[in-house]
Amino acid sequence: MKWNKNSNTYTVLYTAALVVVVATALALAATGLKSRQQANIEMEKKQAILASVHKTDSVGWQADRQAYIEMLYAKYIVEQYIIGEGGVRREGDAFAVDMKAQYDIIRQLNTGNLDGAQQAALRATLALPVFVCLNDDSTRKYILPVYGLGLWGALWGYVALDDDLNTVYGATFDHKGETPGLGAEIATPAFAGQFIGKRIFEDGRFTSVLILKGGAAPDDPHGVDAISGGTITSRGVETMLKNCLTEYLPFLTHRDSVPEPVEYPIWEGTDARTEKEHAHEQVRNTRMNR
Amino acid sequence: MNWKLLTDPIGKSNPVTVLILGICSALAVTVKLEPALVMGLAVAVVTACSSCILSLLRNTIPPRIRIIVQLVVVATFVILVDQLLRAFAYDISKQLSVFVGLIITNCIIMGRIEAFALGNRPWPSFIDGLGNGLGYGMILVIVAFVRELFGSGTLFGYQIIPESWYIANGGFYADNGLMILPPMALIVVGLIIWIQRSIMRIN
Repeated sequence: MKWNKNSNTYTVLYTAALVVVVATALALAATGLKSRQQANIEMEKKQAILASVHKTDSVGWQADRQAYIEMLYAKYIVEQYIIGEGGVRREGDAFAVDMKAQYDIIRQLNTGNLDGAQQAALRATLALPVFVCLNDDSTRKYILPVYGLGLWGALWGYVALDDDLNTVYGATFDHKGETPGLGAEIATPAFAGQFIGKRIFEDGRFTSVLILKGGAAPDDPHGVDAISGGTITSRGVETMLKNCLTEYLPFLTHRDSVPEPVEYPIWEGTDARTEKEHAHEQVRNTRMNR
Repeated sequence: MNWKLLTDPIGKSNPVTVLILGICSALAVTVKLEPALVMGLAVAVVTACSSCILSLLRNTIPPRIRIIVQLVVVATFVILVDQLLRAFAYDISKQLSVFVGLIITNCIIMGRIEAFALGNRPWPSFIDGLGNGLGYGMILVIVAFVRELFGSGTLFGYQIIPESWYIANGGFYADNGLMILPPMALIVVGLIIWIQRSIMRIN
């Protein structure tokens, strides 16, 4: 029987058959490769955590990178837990916490015009991971993940603090798609290296680390140089550190004692600026998509 | 086998420099050699495979949904390539990010399917797709070579310009920042087109 290729029946049947074949092929590929892809994502996260405590210098030379990173991670990251409401520490798989979800909550806290009760209710849903690294010299470093927004997309990173929970031991940043050569420079060791030795508290008051346009004074304990040509990305890193570390305050100030209620600082100008940046970004994106 | 099908798109009917197709991704993924090479290979695989499959199907495709069928086949191969890169070359798949997915919008692929695969047998279509993909990849690699060498002083991530030449180390040399920005890719592509046309006398 000869089919009429222009008939509706033929077109519909052809489409249906094609879709079934394609869907089967893609489903097989996706399920078959999923474990490998997941392993890659986890390995990258472990590598970033280790990089913040300066453990990955020789990863590039290893023949089996995956096994080497697993080995390092098992050796140095001795403890991990989740900081919940009011700085209370609870056990849980810190590694599996989705920082994007935490960031969404943090952003709402900062821009949502919520009253005190609503804020407290929202804060109670936060789950903030902490990774503890035991160095070779048996000092403990506390690694806190941070997550924020740059010019084109997400930023994230890990900040490692010394045992005093004040001095930065190391930091590493990454980004989804900042401009190469400009904003993307935040992912370089040169930028992240500036954070070493900076302090996030001044006389017990939280200052965070500021990223200063035009350069920070060499002896400034709370400032690092911004990236020229990467102003919005630099500002994004600053806001990310400020917003995320603020939520860690109960832990940072009362790690060894019973946590007490903390006054969360209110950042002047943060809301307006963030909103403006969002608008700015949207305008840019629409232009890009044209 | 007709070798001209393979060699022509690499030389005198190159999709990028002669047909001026697929320029967009040439801007985006040519900062470093490695992603450029992988992108070129990925496009070659997708063009070759989808040309071959669509040539096999060419007598059965309902005319009214011809373009949609082409898109479905191309998209399938693009997703497969993306999944494979994520599983086996994660670093590179991260650098290429959205551009792997955007292979489907690469005009070269649809162009070759429409112009060649729908009127020819599967094997020649496969070769034609492969040749065009490789011609595209070759331009990407040339552009990336220039951009990485002069923009970062490295090739495939290995330092080529001696460290002692840099101003930071007391030398006289600095990497050209413009090289890493997209406009430089256009300028390099333009130079390649100029050189190729003067040599091959294409008008």
